Amino acid sequence: MATLTYRDALNQALREEMQRDPNVFLMGEEVGVYQGAYKVSRGLLEEFGPKRIVDTPIAELGFAGIGVGAAMAGLRPVIEFMTWNFAVLALDQIVNSAAKILYESGGQVPIPIVFRGPNGAALQLAAQHSQAWESWLSHIPGLKVVAPATPADAKGLLKSAIRDDSPVIVLEGEMLYNIKGEVPEGEHIVPIGRAEVKRPGNDVTLICHSKTVTVALKAAEQLAEHEGVSAEVLDLRSLRPLDEATIVESVSRTNRAVVVEEGWPQCGIGAHVVDVIQREAFDRLDAPVLRVTQADVPMPYNKQLERLAKPSPERVVAAARRVLYLD
Amino acid sequence: MEALSPTMEEGRVAKWHKREGDTVKAGDTLAEIETDKAVMDLVARADGVLRQVAVAEGQTVPVGSVVAVIAAPGETVGATAASAPPPAPVPSGSGMRDTGYGMRDAGSVVPAPTDVTRVKASPLAKRMAREAGVDLKLVTGSGPGGRVVKRDLEGTAQGAPTPVAAVADTHPASRIPHPASPRISHPAVSGVPFEDIPLTQIRKTIAKRLVTSLGPIPHFFLTSEVDMERAAEAREALNKQLGDRGKVSFNDIVIKATALALIKHRACNAWFQEDHIRYWNEVHIGMAVAVEDGLITPVIRNADVKSLAEIGWEAKELADKARSRRLQPSEYTGATFSVSNLGMFDIDQFTAVINPPEAGIIAVGSIVQKPVVLDGQVTGRRRMRLTMSCDHRVIDGATGAAFLQTLKQMLENPLAMLL
Repeated sequence: MATLTYRDALNQALREEMQRDPNVFLMGEEVGVYQGAYKVSRGLLEEFGPKRIVDTPIAELGFAGIGVGAAMAGLRPVIEFMTWNFAVLALDQIVNSAAKILYESGGQVPIPIVFRGPNGAALQLAAQHSQAWESWLSHIPGLKVVAPATPADAKGLLKSAIRDDSPVIVLEGEMLYNIKGEVPEGEHIVPIGRAEVKRPGNDVTLICHSKTVTVALKAAEQLAEHEGVSAEVLDLRSLRPLDEATIVESVSRTNRAVVVEEGWPQCGIGAHVVDVIQREAFDRLDAPVLRVTQADVPMPYNKQLERLAKPSPERVVAAARRVLYLD
Repeated sequence: MEALSPTMEEGRVAKWHKREGDTVKAGDTLAEIETDKAVMDLVARADGVLRQVAVAEGQTVPVGSVVAVIAAPGETVGATAASAPPPAPVPSGSGMRDTGYGMRDAGSVVPAPTDVTRVKASPLAKRMAREAGVDLKLVTGSGPGGRVVKRDLEGTAQGAPTPVAAVADTHPASRIPHPASPRISHPAVSGVPFEDIPLTQIRKTIAKRLVTSLGPIPHFFLTSEVDMERAAEAREALNKQLGDRGKVSFNDIVIKATALALIKHRACNAWFQEDHIRYWNEVHIGMAVAVEDGLITPVIRNADVKSLAEIGWEAKELADKARSRRLQPSEYTGATFSVSNLGMFDIDQFTAVINPPEAGIIAVGSIVQKPVVLDGQVTGRRRMRLTMSCDHRVIDGATGAAFLQTLKQMLENPLAMLL
């Protein structure tokens, strides 16, 4: 198996899917000549030409709408947003068009479109450019939302997203593009809607996705080393549909859970996960489920404040200690 | 209507201190409430305006009923307030706490209303207890606020519930205080207020058999006549010394001597607790006080280390409070042993009923001049009869007798209390 960066894994998925299906095309700001703001589309313009790798003006609502129209006409567009912070401008097309057309056409017009781009905070990009949008997006019926944390999942989930007949949101991350991992070559598909245990454990389940998987894995290491606690790290991978069965199975075994996410606390992904747990695993719980989220403030630009505002392994360890009654 | 005592089920509004429309601050006394034990202050738990008084003076309502509504100035109060469910408990202090993920949540630190009968357990612990047939009431919870959690029940599925002792020891019997111990120890100095020792099999059998023989508490009684001549002389001298700073009564002397004797006989300073006996290192003497429509036992805490004068002042203050029904729950709970005195009614001797979970009580009769033989001569002496009621599940005959003997010696030779 080759070791690839997350960006190259996405690039491989795009290339393979475009080779496989001539209806697939990529559109967005700087995706062609510049080969993508984060170089996800490196080499694709050369291979597929300007008809299938389409540079757009800075007009998110416009090109998202063109994408929806193309999907209605039978193509399979992949829309790249330079970041999801800019995609807010396109929410009307995503929420009111892409997510609704299948329903409003009485099931006659599927919208097989992918909207993808980096989500959440990177480093010192300040309040307007450091936001995690998954709870907004996964709130909407008619959308599917995936948030891969590893290069292998990035490839496998993007391929699934492109082949899916529903609009699929793929949440990537500036801080993820450079991470490396083994990626199966060729036909590697990760089904949408399946969580994965990234580290097995018995005492507490750390539920996470995207960048917080790294945070949770570090916390699990510290818990093992300093507390003798065996923490299970459960990567949700897909936020809508959510793999409730795997969450319930894990928490029923460990009896305790901490949910980690980049978003803000109110109405976060974690709030929904806690709802699943209290409903489906009530009498398996030995402690209230705790959450670790971004602080309930706009992301500070100040480096130290930003570090304190983000979920950290230390905060996950502290929450795990509390649910384990170690304090 | 708040629960103002551990056993309170309803309360009568004796007097409103605030009227509708008054501005109130958290901590202000809203009303005086007559409970089953005392008249207590009902205090405001929030700032605002007393918008509605739902219970009139003299009316009795169950705990949990709405007695009044405090609203923010300008806030309108629904007409259904009087029949609304009990208001949510109001946070103490600022009510603000970091819930761990940065969101400030005003509602998360509300202290639950005290309900001593409720067993707190995690849902998992409840399930485990149900499956293992364990009574959660018998398990000591190690989680926050005594919550029973998984680790408190681990191992119960295979065997009996693990009694939780304050001190780990594989041979519980070896830790039972021995009455014949020649040295007086002051374990209270260690800072551990008590020690829980699980019931041994023989103790369990004794408990079970004796309960079936006589009432819920298997009483037995020991009587001893005490020569109070020297105690009386000592009392007269002490009261002369005290002058107008107070008076030491015979009862105060009995309380002090009882406390000191209990230090020497820890086996009698104990509570029976279903699956274990709690041997107290501290001595808190309950003092039965007759009140208008019953009796109550205010507690002289740490009576063993208090001077006779201190006991005298405290006993008087507590008795006065008891008669005016002003005792706080903390002043009438937690006794480790009790003393009841009917001497003032010319009762020679009587048997007092044990106040559970205490294991003993001393009934004090009147002091009477009697002819006794002393050094071969018949002479008149002041004599007093003490009758000790013992809970046989905790105290055996010889154990109680040894304690009573020490108590008698101390009263007959008050200087022995200094030893």
